[in-house]
Amino acid sequence: MRYLPKSPADRKAMLQAIGARSIDDLFSPIPAEYRLERDLKVPRQMAESEIVDWFRERSRENGDTYATFLGAGAYYHYRPVIIDSLVSRGEFLTAYTPYQAEISQGTLQSIFEFQTMICELTGMEVANASMYDGSTAAAEAVMMAVRLTGRRSVVIARSVHPEYREVLTTYAHHQNLPLSTSSFKEDGRLNLEELEQSITPDTACVLIQSPNFFGTIEDAATIAEIAHKKGAMLVVSIAEAVSLGIVEPPRQADIIALEAQSFGVPLGFGGPYCGVIATREQFVRQMPGRLAGQTTDRNGKRGFVLTLATREQHIRREKATSNICTNQALVALMVNIFMTIYGKVGLKELAKQNLAKTAYAAAQFNKHAKVLFSGAPRFNEFIVQTSEDPYAINSRLLGHKIVGGLPLKKFYPELGNAALWCCTELTTRSAIDTAVGLVAESERSVRSAREEVDVQEVAP
Amino acid sequence: MKHMTRKATRHVSQNEGLIFEKSSSGKAAWKLPPLDVPEVDASALLGVSERKDLGNMPEVSEIEIIRHFTRLSTWNYAIDLGMYPLGSCTMKYNPRVNELVVRLEGLANGHPYQPERISQGALRIIKTLSECLIEITGMDAITLQPAAGAHGELTGLLMVRAYHESKGDPRKKILIPDSAHGTNPATAAMVGYSVENLKSNAQGMVDVAALAAQMNQDVAALMLTNPNTLGVFEQEIHKIAEIMHAKGGLLYMDGANMNALVGKVRPGDFGVDVMHLNLHKTFSTPHGGGGPGSGPVAVKSKLEPFLPMPVPVTKPDGTLGFEYDRPQSVGRVRAFYGNFGMFVRALAYILANGPDGLRQTTEDAVLNANYIRKGLEGVYDLPYSTPSMHEVVFSDKLQAKKGVRTMDLAKRLIDYGFHPYTTAFPLIVPGALMIEPTESEPKEELDLFVEAMKSIAEEVEEDPRTVLDAPHSTRVSRLDETAAARKPVLRWKQGLNH
Amino acid sequence: MSFPTDYKYTKEHEWIKADGKNATIGITSYAQESLGDIVFVDLPKPGADISAGKTFGSVESVKAVSDLYAPVSGTVTEVNGELATAPEKINKDAHSAWMIKITLKDPAELNSLLSAADYEKFVAEEGGH
Repeated sequence: MRYLPKSPADRKAMLQAIGARSIDDLFSPIPAEYRLERDLKVPRQMAESEIVDWFRERSRENGDTYATFLGAGAYYHYRPVIIDSLVSRGEFLTAYTPYQAEISQGTLQSIFEFQTMICELTGMEVANASMYDGSTAAAEAVMMAVRLTGRRSVVIARSVHPEYREVLTTYAHHQNLPLSTSSFKEDGRLNLEELEQSITPDTACVLIQSPNFFGTIEDAATIAEIAHKKGAMLVVSIAEAVSLGIVEPPRQADIIALEAQSFGVPLGFGGPYCGVIATREQFVRQMPGRLAGQTTDRNGKRGFVLTLATREQHIRREKATSNICTNQALVALMVNIFMTIYGKVGLKELAKQNLAKTAYAAAQFNKHAKVLFSGAPRFNEFIVQTSEDPYAINSRLLGHKIVGGLPLKKFYPELGNAALWCCTELTTRSAIDTAVGLVAESERSVRSAREEVDVQEVAP
Repeated sequence: MKHMTRKATRHVSQNEGLIFEKSSSGKAAWKLPPLDVPEVDASALLGVSERKDLGNMPEVSEIEIIRHFTRLSTWNYAIDLGMYPLGSCTMKYNPRVNELVVRLEGLANGHPYQPERISQGALRIIKTLSECLIEITGMDAITLQPAAGAHGELTGLLMVRAYHESKGDPRKKILIPDSAHGTNPATAAMVGYSVENLKSNAQGMVDVAALAAQMNQDVAALMLTNPNTLGVFEQEIHKIAEIMHAKGGLLYMDGANMNALVGKVRPGDFGVDVMHLNLHKTFSTPHGGGGPGSGPVAVKSKLEPFLPMPVPVTKPDGTLGFEYDRPQSVGRVRAFYGNFGMFVRALAYILANGPDGLRQTTEDAVLNANYIRKGLEGVYDLPYSTPSMHEVVFSDKLQAKKGVRTMDLAKRLIDYGFHPYTTAFPLIVPGALMIEPTESEPKEELDLFVEAMKSIAEEVEEDPRTVLDAPHSTRVSRLDETAAARKPVLRWKQGLNH
Repeated sequence: MSFPTDYKYTKEHEWIKADGKNATIGITSYAQESLGDIVFVDLPKPGADISAGKTFGSVESVKAVSDLYAPVSGTVTEVNGELATAPEKINKDAHSAWMIKITLKDPAELNSLLSAADYEKFVAEEGGH
């Protein structure tokens, strides 16, 4: 097998050195009744060309030339070429966790830069080296707030990504943490009166998402005030990282749980992505995940190490801040490179293009159907409410090799025939116009079907 | 150095500061195409939500970025350079065809919410990998949702709890051997269980009598690693499973050491009820400096109803999809479906090997570990004489007499061109040296490793200072971890002198 | 290693200096030596109650965390703020780097603690294996 660097002669020599007659001797500790005497029933060994062909077929079966209007926690942005050039270097790709700092300075310095840039973008003072993804980062951030306040319940905005809320429910269930939901009002933003009512002396934190699941930007400053007045923390989840280029970050938050996938991580059918937790310096010892810190060596030279390891599982064991061990280092490196490429000016311009495409699309859709929540500012997502079921419209769109907005009935049934549409810098005007055209046609045919019915009813 | 090392020597490497130290207004590495829709006034659209300032985000050119990260990369050790003898990490070759197939457009750009009609490719990959892993583990069902081993442990224990709850009593405790990895007790606590330690016997295996005494109706499960962290196969696994099952408990297996078992024995066959796998260990997905991983959890059919949802299914018309109607599911442990990019890589690895390749891989892994054991017996103290599978644990007992400990030996190994083995773990062996070569090491590399370790042992006798002050050949010498923990500096700041 | 004779000790390596109804608590020089460079100390706030034999905080080195066990029961009156910014004081002089001051709930509890001589013997036995 071509990944195995031993010849039959090597194996023979090694067995001899060990004093074993055959390799079976080395497996004798396994009781005979369990030893597999047959081949595993997995596909036969394939040549490299066969492997590539097999996956190429899968790629073709996976909509490989379609335009997309999907967002909802996973965003289609351009990935500059040098990201893959650099992460493909063996010294990054095949390196281990940087526990041995002297031979991992490459990884450690890039983590330190990553932590710095996340702080700059989020307005927080410290950031970790990544969590699994935005959903688990949000759950872990909530757990952090619980530990810090000593309080035992949580208020979550209903406009937080539904799957993020499901994850939090799973995590909270066994910690006996009651979760209460606070709803949104007609402009898509959190209902502040309702929020105020739902915060009790036992509320550890309020969790919101901004821009929220609908793409609407929340009034984080006011929400922070409400929460803090009652002794609760504010945890803000950010799912669309590109928004940080043009949308003011929630600087009043105590903890930010970010999904950085938009920064150069491929959509990849849902993972791996890149969660991050950022917070104030005073909370750092309760923050889960790895941290790279600056220090000096014996000659006074600057270097970097993993630090504050006593928070982590390998030391604290059952008292750890989390059980996380492996994180998302390679995708965090992609994020790091992306942030470096776009930088101070590029991130703003990129975000502005997203705003422009979205504003155009929303305006066009609004001529024919109803665009919801237009009373509050939004970033790159919006909801279109149609007369027809969005699944039917999307079906037709597929014929044009376009994937339409995400139908929302299963998450927010009260919004009726609503779908969540996302436009990024990669969305073309022609795709927008085609999609709008099909929605317009759908509205027209529904209207004329109704008119026909009316006419029939009126006719004697 | 007593002998010139055959494996590695010094080489000039480039210095490189922090990227912010190269930043200068007006430099750019990006260019966006012109807008095909009208420009917008951000202030008008966003009002007070508009961000005016991106602070100290860098501004650099493309070549500076290429040089920056390339230079940084040359400061790292990596599998592509040489062996990582790290115990229970299974640092094997990361095949490059995996990197190619994961970047195929339909897979790389697939949105998790796109219609099932155009997701058949991804679903077929999920199905095929699931079937292979079920066959490899000898279990009945599987979830690919957890993002890493620890996440898989969490998922597995959530299912254990759900199972007991469905029987009327969640129970209170998890038994964990004192040789276990730290994620095990950390996870048990997260699921609301208390942890009870299980002592190992003189052979380093589970003390079956102690287990029988400690097993009762309050114990939900035993979390076992097999082979354990000493690299030793639990030969009484049958009795262990029986003791657990007789009192209604479950046997959880931490699959970190599957590299000793694939193709030779299946955990499902020796009584395991639930286990996690580490795709970034056994199944060759790259470590990438610390992740991503993927931690699928395989279960016996009695735990199948509790799997996280959604669950992949084949519809009556033969197409593939996801099933959300799972009333007994533990819920979700993350958004979307799992680290799909790792599924692609792991499946490519399995297809490249086939049944014969997988078996040969396991045999070579065990052969390599035993070869190292033979080479170093007598040079380093071997605390347990029980046969090793894919990893071997020595201790620093002999060298400690000269004041040299496992961490020092490990640092000196760096000068010989290797990454250190795992130091100070498992906790039941004071001063442990935990070594797992994996199957990816040629005989030459193993010989160089044994030679290096022997040379270091000699140095301990003749010139311990050299070992204690190691490493000597790296860009940075030993770093002050105490200062880093006392006064953490976790980000760069404008205006501070460095 | 010598230990102040006017202190009492526990087997978990805490020392306590009693003065009527009040007492001062810290960890011994043997403890700080085993821990190595101390990087962080987690202590209770004034007003908190501590209970004999139960943990009241922890002390961290780079690679390990050790729980602190209360030698006696009482209420915290003062916490040594210096340790928050300079935990290394414990390494420098563990017997004067006090951690907390308390009012004693039951001074009789002091009688079951080790004297300096007993503690020295205990440490010698523990250390020599």
